[in-house]
Amino acid sequence: MIEAINEALDLKMTEDPDIVVMGEDVGYFGGVFRATAGLQEKHGKNRVFDTPISECGIIGAAVGMGAYGLRPVPEIQFADYIYPGLDQLISEAARLRYRSAGEYIAPMTVRSPFGGGIFGGQTHSQSPEALFAHVAGLKTVIPATPYDAKGLLIAAIEDNDPVIFFEPKRIYNAPFTGYYDKPVEPWKKHRDSIVPEGHYSIPLGKARIVQEGEAMTVLAYGTMVHVAEAVCREKGIDAEILDLRTIVPLDIEAIEASVKKTGRCLIVHEATRTAGFGAELSALVMERCFFHLEAPVERVTGFDTPYPHSLEWAYFPGPVRIGEAIDKIMKA
Amino acid sequence: MANRPDEAAGKGANKPALELHVPEPTYRPGDPVDFAHIHVPEAGAQARPDEVCDAIETSSLCYDLVRVLGDDNKAHGPWDPKLDPDTLRTMLHSFAMVHAFDERMFRGQRQGKTSFYMKCTGEEATSISAAMALASDDMIFPSYRQQGILISRGYPLIEMINQIYSNKGDKLKGRQLPIMYSSREHSFFSISGNLATQTPQAVGWAMASAIKGDSRIAATWVGEGSTAEGDFHAACTFATVYNAPVILNVINNQWAISSFSGFAGGERTTFAARALGYGLAGIRVDGNDPLAVYAAERWAANRARANGGPTLIEHFTYRAEGHSTSDDPSGYRSAQEREEWPLGDPVTRLKNHLIELGEWDEERQVAMDLACAEEVKAATKEAEKNGILGHGLHHPFRTMFEDVFEELPWHLKEQSEQAIRERETKFPEGRPGS
Repeated sequence: MIEAINEALDLKMTEDPDIVVMGEDVGYFGGVFRATAGLQEKHGKNRVFDTPISECGIIGAAVGMGAYGLRPVPEIQFADYIYPGLDQLISEAARLRYRSAGEYIAPMTVRSPFGGGIFGGQTHSQSPEALFAHVAGLKTVIPATPYDAKGLLIAAIEDNDPVIFFEPKRIYNAPFTGYYDKPVEPWKKHRDSIVPEGHYSIPLGKARIVQEGEAMTVLAYGTMVHVAEAVCREKGIDAEILDLRTIVPLDIEAIEASVKKTGRCLIVHEATRTAGFGAELSALVMERCFFHLEAPVERVTGFDTPYPHSLEWAYFPGPVRIGEAIDKIMKA
Repeated sequence: MANRPDEAAGKGANKPALELHVPEPTYRPGDPVDFAHIHVPEAGAQARPDEVCDAIETSSLCYDLVRVLGDDNKAHGPWDPKLDPDTLRTMLHSFAMVHAFDERMFRGQRQGKTSFYMKCTGEEATSISAAMALASDDMIFPSYRQQGILISRGYPLIEMINQIYSNKGDKLKGRQLPIMYSSREHSFFSISGNLATQTPQAVGWAMASAIKGDSRIAATWVGEGSTAEGDFHAACTFATVYNAPVILNVINNQWAISSFSGFAGGERTTFAARALGYGLAGIRVDGNDPLAVYAAERWAANRARANGGPTLIEHFTYRAEGHSTSDDPSGYRSAQEREEWPLGDPVTRLKNHLIELGEWDEERQVAMDLACAEEVKAATKEAEKNGILGHGLHHPFRTMFEDVFEELPWHLKEQSEQAIRERETKFPEGRPGS
């Protein structure tokens, strides 16, 4: 996935001279996860550069660059570090088009690795997507495969609204089956790993049907798509799995059609439970599909605690938690 | 309280008790005013370093006060911008216009025509004189008291009033608080209510201009109180790191609502001196001296344009009026402060300078003030035809949902339809004021 992201950045920078990549360590070093490797050498220091350690400054400068007419792609090194930049994102970037009635826009794509699973402790593991979904004017994108990462990132960069692009760092280099003690299949052998060369984009707001099924609908995004898929496969559940890809805008049509077909719905995300994005999904399903439901909607999420370091595999919503929820739904 | 290693010895043992310092202004309502602690140096006594000098060479200017107009109403010293009388009269006209505008809009708020207004009395030079030293397409990232910049750039008064009234002529569609203007055509950025957020944005804009090899620079305005915000420090860091062609104007008008400048750290140092720690050039200027403000801004603009780097200018001035129409300064500061302010009033000083030059007189001033008042009155009447705040729902309901995103997503379409549906129930007689 990390190579797909690098490819998307390189391709868009080649196509559009107004794209600027900036962030902590993104220049000469190419990013702590190597997402921007080689870009400075190829596109020059004027367009790919390191920044001071100031998320507020990074996002704030990006707002000004967007107002000038550039299309900045700032990197926030870890999603957990995005909070010092929140005011610039929430009060400024997200609302600039609205408050100026379209006179000024902030067309930026804020890339940030997010989620746990790499022993990152409480400050390198969070999934703050619900926070952004709550803000009018921001789009939130979360790819689950290398193919999607490239296509969605290209679409995000081309979009004229500010986009938060959360990259599930647990699956940067390989898909994740959901088991800590099982060997992980390398991306290059994985069916989702094929990334075509050249330009293609995936429209924001269109979910991907990972697999069709009749028994239940599973709504997931990011790493949890792979975990849910593995559990359904192992349990032999004929589930229809939707990878939402973007939570704002949300593909309500795909969700509605699937749940009305299967009559059951499981929502899986890694972020904390209370007021998480699963709560919104659950409410939408209840509002729109209630009379088609044969079982209560279930949510599988992280716990409402800070992300623990040594116990992260107890925290992570894995096969056991998902399996229990599936059993509960199927028995209802 | 956490256990301490020497707890057994009793509280603090024989160490002196620590004390918290909570800043307090020199006088409060009812106290006699004495501005003796403000050192007013002689006009013309400040050296003017080369515009592309090393930032460190501005150190003394960070603690001094650049002044041009002396008590004799003449221009003095190396900072004299040597402006021709026509330019000075243009400046004076903008002063008169912003004064007339403030008066009329203040009254409009008291008459219930809008919710809120902010005057810039006493601070006219910090926006008008500064903006006149910039090119008309240099980008402005303003705070909320820079209406003078729009006026000096020729933004139509009626557009400003439409915005203040949030009426159907308001091109911001009634979404922004009064006075939070935006005009891309006049290179004037949309104003935010969150403080100091415009400062890193200005730096980012300036960086973009440099990235593209443009010749335009950016300038931003922030109050001295807001320099305590993290954004301001991010802006200073980014400005210095990338040598951004930007000017950071700090308006030290002594008061952030009821908190005096001591709460932003002004007791210990000057705001201009903040520049030194960042490696920025810094200038502390008499903000009530229109010529000094012009000269300092022009110096910084030339520096930025020559890739000499960013400049932080502290405009040392005084907020003669309340913070806004919602504020009553008699509750926290001495009523005599305004009259006693040792640096006078910028409008009077410029007027007296022109009279001293033989290029102006009191009669023409009176006539100009009157003409400005009439012009504002006419614009107000014209704007009122588009409605005033609270007397109508001036914009179609669907506009509430526009511009959240470039395209309307499904959930906003649904909510827009809901708002229109509710209209029938809420306003059976039709929309008021439409």
